[in-house]
Amino acid sequence: MSSAGSRAADLAKRADAGLKLDTGLAKGILTGFIRNELGKVGFERAVVALSGGIDSALVCALASKALGPKNVLAVMMPYRTSNPSSRADAEELIAQLGVESRLVDITGMTNPYFDRQPDISNHRRGNVMARMRMIVVYDHSEDFGGLVIGTSNKTEILLGYGTLFGDLASAVNPIGDLFKTQVRQMSRAMSLPVSIIDKPPSADLWEGQSDEEDLGISYDEVDRILYLMFDERFRLSELLEAGFPDEQVTKVYSMVRRNQFKRRPPIIAKISDRTIEREFRYPRDWGL
Amino acid sequence: MRDFRIGLAQINPRLGDIEANLEMHLEYIETARNAGCDLVVFPELSLTGYFLRDLVYDAAIDPYGGFLDPLIAETGDITVIFGFVHHTPEHTFKSAAAYVEDGMILHIHHKVYLVPYGLFDEGRYHVGGDTIRTVDGKFGRQSILICEDLWHPTTAAISAIDGADVIHGISCSPGRGVAGGGAELGSISTWRDLNKIYAQLFTGYQVFSHRIGYEDGVNFPGGSEVLGPEGDVLVRASADREELVVADLTDSALRRARIKVPLRRDENLELVLRELQRVFEERYV
Repeated sequence: MSSAGSRAADLAKRADAGLKLDTGLAKGILTGFIRNELGKVGFERAVVALSGGIDSALVCALASKALGPKNVLAVMMPYRTSNPSSRADAEELIAQLGVESRLVDITGMTNPYFDRQPDISNHRRGNVMARMRMIVVYDHSEDFGGLVIGTSNKTEILLGYGTLFGDLASAVNPIGDLFKTQVRQMSRAMSLPVSIIDKPPSADLWEGQSDEEDLGISYDEVDRILYLMFDERFRLSELLEAGFPDEQVTKVYSMVRRNQFKRRPPIIAKISDRTIEREFRYPRDWGL
Repeated sequence: MRDFRIGLAQINPRLGDIEANLEMHLEYIETARNAGCDLVVFPELSLTGYFLRDLVYDAAIDPYGGFLDPLIAETGDITVIFGFVHHTPEHTFKSAAAYVEDGMILHIHHKVYLVPYGLFDEGRYHVGGDTIRTVDGKFGRQSILICEDLWHPTTAAISAIDGADVIHGISCSPGRGVAGGGAELGSISTWRDLNKIYAQLFTGYQVFSHRIGYEDGVNFPGGSEVLGPEGDVLVRASADREELVVADLTDSALRRARIKVPLRRDENLELVLRELQRVFEERYV
């Protein structure tokens, strides 16, 4: 019988193998998805909020591949405290792909609100900025005649690491079934700028912010746990017995559970015999 | 078996729009006819699309009620197998496939094994079939099985033991499993294995007529294929577009395969029945 440590190592190996994408296949499916989901609602253009981070960079590259660069608008929306290197990375990607771009600094429209909220926390400021960017990107989508493409990955959606009606808002999301580590694999396969792939992931909502410090666990570790727990359906107790750290496993599980509401439409009080999303169940494509 | 040319219509129907899809069927029947096909096979639920949910009730038809007349009228010189939702006189709804030849519906198979797990919800809407039969068409004895039916090897075994020289598997199988380092989707590679093993072990032709396109964000990855009685792939469709692919099926290939490996001849049905009866009595009664 193997020790707990080696069982954890075996499971980690299993997770890494399971998380390894066939990037060529995935690219075909995801670009086809973008073309199809836009095409069937009468669109051929897309708008992406481009932060300079890896998720929006990958989405931008996929959209560009799917629709052609001239049909993709990348909107850069820095705030005064945003890291200047984020913008430099975003501009490098725009140049590489040849997509359309616009720069909208959100400082001037965000600060008047902040000025009236003297005790506002970093957390609240982050949410306000995310929602301000949502307003801007949706407005530009109307002007450009494109749909807003989502940039939240599976890891973030599961952990609830995103702002409802902010960065989580989109019309279609091509990377919502890719874990963060798979986003990295795809980004390498699509030859995105190395500076974007290699920098530490950050929501860039305040200076020096780091996702992995916020979460208290690295993306490599969290993806293994999420993959084993949800994709492979291991029990919590099996992961603990195998030797995964209790605090990590329990924390990840409780974050996923606590944030279930972010993955669902607002709950509707049931009165009638046929309530929307309960007995009223039509495919999304019904409307097309 | 009489030699014949088969066409697989790998199509992307519009979800719930049976009028548009009927037109699409007529176009593909014409394309198949022009390609010299004697029989054309459409995928599972080809008339309706797959993820219907509450649209099941609107997209369902009575196959004898007149709606299919334009399609049935085309079958004088080309046989058609297609998928639809069968609205029965009792107002139940069944995932079905019809074998239409010489202006007549000769056979309807109702999907026996509905899928109530994973991303599927068929058990909520459909009633499962309770027979597995063959049809004696003009090319010989054939059977139709629908998607999940084939994941229960007993259905294919019954068809083969019943003498089907061709098993028409029709499917809407969402593409999944891009991880793990395989050269193709996990879901497709399972179908490849299944088709090959069935063709070889039942020493008959194995047909896999599959969907292409996206529904509600889910991708159907095509790859329709026909395998000969030695497990050889006679034709395989693309993974990314609608198309008709064609193969010629010969009695000669069946003859040679069954002389080389007479598995069918040697099947001991009496033993199988006896043992299954025992298992049934010991474990299910």
